[in-house]
Amino acid sequence: MNQPKKFSGATTVWLFKMAWRDGKASFNKLGLFMASIVLGIAAVVSIQSFSENLKSNIAVQSKSLMGSDFKIDSNKAPNEVVMTIMDSLGGYNAREINFPSMAAFPNKEGTKFVQVRGIEGGFPFYGELETEPVNAAKTYQSNQSALVDATVMLQLNLKVGDSIKIGAISLPIAGALKSVPGSNAVFSTVAPPVVIPFEFIEASGLVQTGSRLDYEFYFVADPNTDLAALNKSIGKRLDAEEADLDIHTSTSQRLGRRYDNFGRFLNLVAFIALLLGCVGIASAIHIYIKEKLRSVALLKCLGATKRQTFLIYLIQIAVVGFLGGIIGSILGIILQQLFPVLLEGLLPVDVEITLVPNAIFMGVLLGLFMSVLFALYPLIGTLYISPLQALRIEEKSNPQSLKAGIFVLMGIFAFIFLFSYWLLKDLRYALAFVVGLVITFSILAGIAHVFMKAIKRFFPYSWGFIPRTSLLNLYRPQNQTLILVLAIGVGSFLISTLYFSKDLLLVQANMEAQENTANIILLDVQTGQQEDVAKTIKANNHQVIDNIPIVTMRMHSIGGKLVNAIKEDSTSTINRWVLNHEFRTTYRDKLIDSETLEQGEFTSKADGLDAIPISVSDNLSRDAKLEIGDEIVFNVQGVLIKTVVGSIRTVDWSRMQLNFTVLFPTGVLESAPQFRVLTTQVPDERASATLQQQLVSQFPNISVLDLRQILSVIENLLNKIGWIINFMAFFSILTGIIVLLGAVRTSKHQRIKESVLMRTIGAKSRQILKMIALEYIYLGILGSLTGIILSLVSSQLLALWIFETPFSPSVIPFVVLFPGITILVLVIGLTNNLSVIKKPPLQVLRRETN
Amino acid sequence: MTKILNVENLEKSYDSGSKKLTILKDINFSVEAKETFAIVGPSGSGKTTLLGLCAGLDQPDSGVVELCGVQLNGLTEDERALLRNKKVGFIFQDFQLLPTLTALENVAVPLELQGDKHASKRALELLEKVGLKDRTHHYPSQLSGGEQQRVALARAFSNRPEILIADEPTGNLDADTGEKVVKLLFDLNKEEGTTLVIVTHDIELAQKTGHILKLKGGQIIENTKTAL
Repeated sequence: MNQPKKFSGATTVWLFKMAWRDGKASFNKLGLFMASIVLGIAAVVSIQSFSENLKSNIAVQSKSLMGSDFKIDSNKAPNEVVMTIMDSLGGYNAREINFPSMAAFPNKEGTKFVQVRGIEGGFPFYGELETEPVNAAKTYQSNQSALVDATVMLQLNLKVGDSIKIGAISLPIAGALKSVPGSNAVFSTVAPPVVIPFEFIEASGLVQTGSRLDYEFYFVADPNTDLAALNKSIGKRLDAEEADLDIHTSTSQRLGRRYDNFGRFLNLVAFIALLLGCVGIASAIHIYIKEKLRSVALLKCLGATKRQTFLIYLIQIAVVGFLGGIIGSILGIILQQLFPVLLEGLLPVDVEITLVPNAIFMGVLLGLFMSVLFALYPLIGTLYISPLQALRIEEKSNPQSLKAGIFVLMGIFAFIFLFSYWLLKDLRYALAFVVGLVITFSILAGIAHVFMKAIKRFFPYSWGFIPRTSLLNLYRPQNQTLILVLAIGVGSFLISTLYFSKDLLLVQANMEAQENTANIILLDVQTGQQEDVAKTIKANNHQVIDNIPIVTMRMHSIGGKLVNAIKEDSTSTINRWVLNHEFRTTYRDKLIDSETLEQGEFTSKADGLDAIPISVSDNLSRDAKLEIGDEIVFNVQGVLIKTVVGSIRTVDWSRMQLNFTVLFPTGVLESAPQFRVLTTQVPDERASATLQQQLVSQFPNISVLDLRQILSVIENLLNKIGWIINFMAFFSILTGIIVLLGAVRTSKHQRIKESVLMRTIGAKSRQILKMIALEYIYLGILGSLTGIILSLVSSQLLALWIFETPFSPSVIPFVVLFPGITILVLVIGLTNNLSVIKKPPLQVLRRETN
Repeated sequence: MTKILNVENLEKSYDSGSKKLTILKDINFSVEAKETFAIVGPSGSGKTTLLGLCAGLDQPDSGVVELCGVQLNGLTEDERALLRNKKVGFIFQDFQLLPTLTALENVAVPLELQGDKHASKRALELLEKVGLKDRTHHYPSQLSGGEQQRVALARAFSNRPEILIADEPTGNLDADTGEKVVKLLFDLNKEEGTTLVIVTHDIELAQKTGHILKLKGGQIIENTKTAL
């Protein structure tokens, strides 16, 4: 007997031809699938590409960022060893002392908390001091004048020639400082830079006990110098003398990493948009393939193999994904041009945008791969369809292989996990992201299922015909309830989470005008000044809320082992910051509101004890590997004090008040060199300005921090970041709308058939319209409300477990998002179905069949 | 004469809830090459199921189907698909044209599946034969029922099948159009020298064939050769 040949003669070219023939007739539907992923891809590519550009710009401009090839810095005056090392390097080319201080502007009766930078030599050697007038940068040293931050000049209406008073000195202003190498935009907002000639630092009289001085020595290296090797050879020696060597490349790498983290977070937001689009694809392909099953059966009848029919549709999806990837990548490249504008003031360098081939390649690959992956499960359906269905026999279709389904699902999760790992570079975070995603999607899908079951079970038979029928539509065969609830729910969840998290962050920083809550902090108050400062505060009708002593010290030994020896010990697990840190400690006889005793016993007064029982914060105990009973010897400005860890406290660092890692009992440090921090509360800005002016003129060394100003800086910063996150979330929302459109359009045919039938048996346009409107209102309400409530619950949990703060959620998601999204769903649903009402039934049916 | 279709002891049943529903029982018959053959019977007698089994679209519970010299029982689904592609032509009651393909493309598909590079030429010839030369680039939805069935006829003959299986070919057509399509079917069949198996409940149509098999309740009640 003749057996048929094993393989069909149809070529791969024919498969592509069939995919094209079939695809072009379904162009509208495939176009929507493509649109679902285009925005997600655009978002991912734009972020990825911009991050790469930023990183390479930071690397290229690394010298300009530092202003030199390398620098040695320390927060104490360099000792002989450090000076010798610097001499061996050929001596520094420029030096700087900087510190935060109050500046007064006598002509304007204004004061400002600024970062004073006293510079000697030709710094910066790379990049430039941008000033207005331009030559002020070159002449300020010889003219013995100051350069003042341009924003401060604008705020206080200062002109060139006005004077600035810093401590005991008064200098004319030579120009407005627009940018200075090494200046951080965010920090500059809190303490704007003021550049003065180096020789005036000493004369200002502000270099004294408790001053937070930073000494920096800038070097220009020979172009052939191996900076990394230099760092290796002298880094440790400098470390031992509490000085640091910073080379321009490591500074730019550190900076790059910081921005990279933010970029990764934004990438995740973008990735969510892409995932949402993929859920849309999976759902739309499901309906699309269902419509194609009869054609598949027929092709099989005519002799096509399972593989061939499967491949025809796989090719279609792959091509759509590939095109989506290309279009998305192009859009992403265009979009990244917006980022420098959106991130204005937050970027350390001017970013020159160039094409990043990696990002484009990733975008195209992502489009192709994710479309295929998410379409695979519905596509597998083509393998199981029997050719018998081409005849009139309505055979029960074979259940799709459970194994194949699980396999595809595992593939999807594995991909999401790997991709998020690639983005986050942290296994735990990637896992948490996937788990969070699964939980969110599962809850939304679960609620949609429960809702459908609940309608079935408790169906309101007593309702009128129209609301009853529209409710019925939510669980009819091929309903769109699940996908619409997912699309609407995830969109609403994302947007409202953004609102709630911003609330959470602001609550952390917020200070209500409560009585006895300090909003002015006076730093660097010398012990001898405290009474006079308190008098000035009281004379202005304010209360001194806190008067906290501060004693600076460093760790000398831990558990009997010298800190220098620990630094040398490569096996030590003690965090390095502990060994180099200058601790600002205080002493008091009780714990305060922000502190909770975790272990041991708090000693309020230490009398005649050999080792002083101190209290350490939980983060210090973790980083320094300290336990109750461990011995620490502190070097308090030359005097060694033996202490023992008596208790461990948790500290709520998020509170805007002074908190300490190391707390001494009373009776020990009272006679040590110290300075004070006083706090008070002022009712308004005018009172704050008056107090600041009086304090600065009487006590030039004191720095005054107005917490409300800092809060407004934080708020501005959060708003800026929030705006960027909103911008990224916007992609999710747009994708959600496209998925919604896709879902509505794919179910349109069935809806039209039903509506035509309704019209044929006498339903009026109004009735059909009401029916459709009600169905979308049900879906809109269910999806958006579920998303918002889910987000509220997760934000509440975040507040409870992570931020440990009471959380009063914004009402915006409820009063704006909830009705807004519901109306949007309604409008999309109605506009897509208007043709049903406008045209005669037969015409509609014929056109839809075509 | 060579037997082109041979069916022995065929049985088929489906699960209907908790009960087993027997559709076909103890079916034995054969069709000779170039014969015209009709399977008739009332609705629910198992005609279409029998047709599906004969074309290898489904598998029997027991019994043997031998099509064009190949026993179908041992073949995989893809092997049966290949056999259909080479040896069988199909005509369906509801035309079953691929809605996204033009008339010409629909006719060419079986040959394209074989990798025939001259598929379009043959498809054009056949469309000309069925009188649709000027409708080649029309989609099914742009054609009338009669025209769609004529395209289906052209497609059925495109791969030069040894056997042509027609399932109620006039079921969806009015009397006049139906008659024209039947004439065309028989003329083409004669011209191409194909074996024709028609499933119908239309006795008049059945009587145009040389052999009639009557089914009732899933069993053969009559197997007669007509005077043709």
